[in-house]
Amino acid sequence: MTRQPHAAPLNDWANGTRVTAPIADFAAKALVAAELEVRKLRHDPIQLFTRAVQPVLWLTIFGQVFTQVRGIPTGGLSYMDFMTPGILAQSVLFMSIFTGLLVIWEKDLGILHKLMVSPAPKSALVLGKAIGAGVRCLSQLLIVYIVAALLGVGLSWRPLDILGVATVVMLGAALFSTFSLIVACWAQTHERVMGVGQLMMMPLFFASNAIYPIDIMPGWLQVVSRLNPLTYMVDALRNLMLVEPAGSYSLGLSMSILIGVSALLIAFCGRLYPRLVR
Amino acid sequence: MAIIAIQDLTKRFGPKSASRPAVDGFSLTVEPGEIFGLLGPNGAGKSTLIKMLTTLLPATSGQATIAGCDIGRQPMGVQRRIGYVPQALSVDGTLTGYENLLILAKLYGVPRRQRLDRIGAVLQYVGLESVAHRLVNTYSGGMIRRLEMAQATLHRPPVLFLDEPTVGLDPVARKAMWDLILQLRHDYGTTVFLTTHFMEEADVLCDRIAMLYHGQQVAIGTPAALKATVPHPETTPGASPETTMDDVFIHYTRNALTTETEGGYRDTSTTRRTAKRLG
Ligand SMILES: Nc1ncnc2c1ncn2[C@@H]1O[C@H](COP(=O)(O)OP(=O)(O)OP(=O)(O)O)[C@@H](O)[C@H]1O
Ligand SMILES: [Mg+2]
Repeated sequence: MTRQPHAAPLNDWANGTRVTAPIADFAAKALVAAELEVRKLRHDPIQLFTRAVQPVLWLTIFGQVFTQVRGIPTGGLSYMDFMTPGILAQSVLFMSIFTGLLVIWEKDLGILHKLMVSPAPKSALVLGKAIGAGVRCLSQLLIVYIVAALLGVGLSWRPLDILGVATVVMLGAALFSTFSLIVACWAQTHERVMGVGQLMMMPLFFASNAIYPIDIMPGWLQVVSRLNPLTYMVDALRNLMLVEPAGSYSLGLSMSILIGVSALLIAFCGRLYPRLVR
Repeated sequence: MAIIAIQDLTKRFGPKSASRPAVDGFSLTVEPGEIFGLLGPNGAGKSTLIKMLTTLLPATSGQATIAGCDIGRQPMGVQRRIGYVPQALSVDGTLTGYENLLILAKLYGVPRRQRLDRIGAVLQYVGLESVAHRLVNTYSGGMIRRLEMAQATLHRPPVLFLDEPTVGLDPVARKAMWDLILQLRHDYGTTVFLTTHFMEEADVLCDRIAMLYHGQQVAIGTPAALKATVPHPETTPGASPETTMDDVFIHYTRNALTTETEGGYRDTSTTRRTAKRLG
């Protein structure tokens, strides 16, 4: 082992480490935390496509059958066109609702402690994880677009629309992964995070406009659906993904709700996050 | 001025009535450049104390300052001034050694221009340049420990907390770790606060030692002074005639086996996990 002294004195912490711009610092730290996630993905990209089966099955089997049935009123839209944004939102939901498992895993290994003693705002670490989940979910976007194109769904290929879809996917992933992280902070174990994830994913999916319009639901379910963030994610996707925008709310409203809820959850999770290592 | 000043620090898990505190009214001052060792049986509260000092755990009562920053009121100040190598693993096996360092350098705000130089320098310092771009999964236990040391010193902290830095290492790797710790103190005047179960390590490495038992400090002093406080053991045939740190440890914690009551499973599971962490 050869040793060379560091070039500078060790104690250079006293000068220049003051945080002068907290917002810039927050954004920078969040990007580093996101970079960590992306670098992990880069070493193991296969995991991205092991989750491809589910949206493919929903689109090819469920979608094809219900298109034949014509049982669901979707306005002028073919049922395939109607459900494709819903299935993309579904796969984002199913993928990110288990993000808490990753963080419990890191806690049990001890890796998380290292991040927790670094001088980074904890909510920036949460935002980094959320961005990481978003990047992971972009793989689902790719899969859904390929399958939907093959099935003849009227997708819009305008670059701006696709960029918008990617943004909504990232936002949805951030929202549901942060929700899962919050669960992890309370629950502390794999089993419970898994359990809560299982418990939440189907109700969130079915109590939304993902595969049928809200209008045909019983009254109480309509209320639940309108409180469900997944509804606004699906609606934003319907406005962006299809040649004929088919959302029921304005894109601005849906986006504002997704951004607002995500921001609240991230701030809240940042406060809970240190519990994970106690 | 003391670089670590701890006053009456107490940590209690759970309600006051239910349990005795894991750390019970601990006080201590450590001078800059000192290598300080904390000894004590499993479950004595060593890791709990270190977690409070590194801002991971909030103290139940009492206070402490590290390099002038209060652990409760200025956690970010403390975080910027300390390096910490936890008892459990702290590097990511799914990244390369270089990437582990790069992420930490960025999180600690090492200026962009210095980053690569700094990472190159620490890698060389711990002797890992040649494997920097291999996944950490493929490292040996000794290499992982050295990478963790590199990670903890990247931002050049004046105080280093090491929780059982040589657990699971073979004698050669352990000796290399001792050299590294002494070298850090020599080159940069780093203050080191470590815990260990190896009496020889405490003896060789530490300027002063404190014994922790059931969360309380039962003895403190230089290795030589501690040995002097212990009555000479009855000389069994073949045993060394001098008092060793083992004798000191046994003297101060000899009730451990008879009074061990709670926390057995938790302690054993974490100890075992630690022992195989590098496997
Ligand atoms: N998060 C926790 N919740 C409840 N009790 C805890 C927690 N962490 C530690 N303890 C308890 O606090 C006591 C001290 O534990 P600690 O890990 O500090 O011991 P230690 O001296 O580091 O032991 P070892 O030598 O085995 O590492 C033990 O009785 C342990 O069971
Ligand atoms: Mg310990």
